[in-house]
Amino acid sequence: MPMLPPGISQETFDQALARFREAVGGDNVYSSDEDVALYRDAYSPFWGEPEEKLASAAVAPATTEEVQAVARIANELHIPIYPISTGRNLAYGGSAPPYSGSVVLDLKRMNRVLEVDERGAYALVEPGVSYFDLYNHITERGLDVWIDPPDPGWGSVIGNALDGGGGWTAYPFRDHFGAHCGMEVVLANGEVVRTGMGAVPGSKTWQQNRWGCGPWVDGLFRQSNFAIVTKMGFHLMPRPEAFISANVSVQNDQDVIPMMDTLNLLENMHQVNGSTGLGAGFGGGGAWSCTVPIYGPERVIREQMAFAKAKFEEIPGATVNVGELIRTPLTPEQYEQVRLVNFGIPNLSTFAMLTRSPMNPNPAGGHIGFSPLIPRTGEGLLEFRDFYRDNLEEVTQGENLGIVGPVFMTNWERSLVALIMFPIGRDVEMNRKMRAAFTRWVELAAERGWAEYRSPVAFMDEVADTYSFNDHALRRLRETLKDAIDPNGIISAGRYGVWPKHLRQT
Amino acid sequence: MRYALICLSAFAVCGAALAQGADYAPPPMSPIQPAVDPASLSDPAQRRGHEVFGKWCSACHGDAPGMPGTQALEAKYGGQIPALVEERADLTPELVEFYVRNGISVMPHFRKTEISDADLDDLSAYLTRDR
Repeated sequence: MPMLPPGISQETFDQALARFREAVGGDNVYSSDEDVALYRDAYSPFWGEPEEKLASAAVAPATTEEVQAVARIANELHIPIYPISTGRNLAYGGSAPPYSGSVVLDLKRMNRVLEVDERGAYALVEPGVSYFDLYNHITERGLDVWIDPPDPGWGSVIGNALDGGGGWTAYPFRDHFGAHCGMEVVLANGEVVRTGMGAVPGSKTWQQNRWGCGPWVDGLFRQSNFAIVTKMGFHLMPRPEAFISANVSVQNDQDVIPMMDTLNLLENMHQVNGSTGLGAGFGGGGAWSCTVPIYGPERVIREQMAFAKAKFEEIPGATVNVGELIRTPLTPEQYEQVRLVNFGIPNLSTFAMLTRSPMNPNPAGGHIGFSPLIPRTGEGLLEFRDFYRDNLEEVTQGENLGIVGPVFMTNWERSLVALIMFPIGRDVEMNRKMRAAFTRWVELAAERGWAEYRSPVAFMDEVADTYSFNDHALRRLRETLKDAIDPNGIISAGRYGVWPKHLRQT
Repeated sequence: MRYALICLSAFAVCGAALAQGADYAPPPMSPIQPAVDPASLSDPAQRRGHEVFGKWCSACHGDAPGMPGTQALEAKYGGQIPALVEERADLTPELVEFYVRNGISVMPHFRKTEISDADLDDLSAYLTRDR
């Protein structure tokens, strides 16, 4: 038998499972060892160790009404539940709960695309809808809008947004939570709430205005454990007429400062709207480079690129190579040549970096990511580059752990993430070393005023600890909200470091 | 760093000279669909399994450049057996079930809300069919 939720008797748990079966159908409650094992995090850094986070059971409702029923039962019997959408948040916890013994609320069966409005350029979806599902729904109907996929296309559109994920097309669609418009959530007591204009009965503007009137609450449900999100609207990008990109290189290490200033200026002016990328500059004295993609009408983006090129060429020694303009939709030949996510097409090719290959004959399997936000300036890049170089030996104890990074990500306007990836596999001793290195990076980064934008489940408490201004005032505020909204503390205990009252450390 | 280089090289490809054809094809479904024509399958379970493969497997195990599963099997077996699982003649239902429910290396296991036991039976029927 799988484990029981902590503090819950076998009798109460059996009663809960029986009532869950009444609510969602017996076939949609999973309680055998074999079935519950499928909710393990395939990339858990604690795989096979006593600390690995494990579920006690799983329940898979198909409708909001069934979610309400499950929440009411769990709230009455004080059963901890952990909602997942598609459960594919690999490297950040997958389908396993942060609090062992939780019942996973598997929302994969809620997989309906409820609406795609081409004229208004928005969609309304359920949590089980993947980027593949939404893309195919749009493609089958010949709608002329793009989605903004992240690297793994099997992820949930809602789940990715709620965990702070991002994609690869144009501003402002790459910030997936930022591109949402309207939510439906189920509270711990089973009550359904719609946010923004969705709170107006008969509203026809739910996906057109995200604010509504009065205090805006949507942010409470991002990286949180205050409710179960059952619907979410998203703004979509009308298919851009064309795409053009340039590669910019600068010669000297310090040239990264004007390069970043120029890149930021162009992005902040919205003259460059694609997902820019940064490269090179490692080893302490090399050249730096960036990519400058722009989406839009052909005549407009040719002018925007000319403007961007001239700006970069003001940097002495800078070279700007502008690629050929690509019109959309793509030709079949172009599908074979481009990076598909830049054209709104979901896929899983990113995993090819991690699988067995001639360059990587013995892959660990999984990975986790350490991803602090650092200043989006050349000085910030240089500081992090040197910080990484100077501390790598201490963090890894002089051992080559196969850590990959840092990768400087500029997916979000005005933000810069320095991603370091740690291989995770089934080797307990190696996983232990990875965890120690991860923890040390978190500590060292925090000393510089850098902290993560997102965290693997195993490190959520450590990362939350770094947001400690005024003796953890933010944590206390979140705990106050948690206690008010979910007084029995049943939803996602421990998610992003927010624990319910009965599980809080004094 | 490897990731950064891959990202940059991908953008470089985007910027490469690409001839723009006069006729556009409609956008393909994603993931790409299995290479096998479902009309060639007479058994209903195999046809259903073909759909399961298209939905859940072909994004990694498809016949296209950069497919992680296909790449991994090519590296593992060096061409001694087909890298495309749809072309393998040595698969058994037990083997298919083991990898779907346990995963291997980068490939995670799949839950029953994703691939049900009935779907798995159909998938096995498709991948172990007589050729």
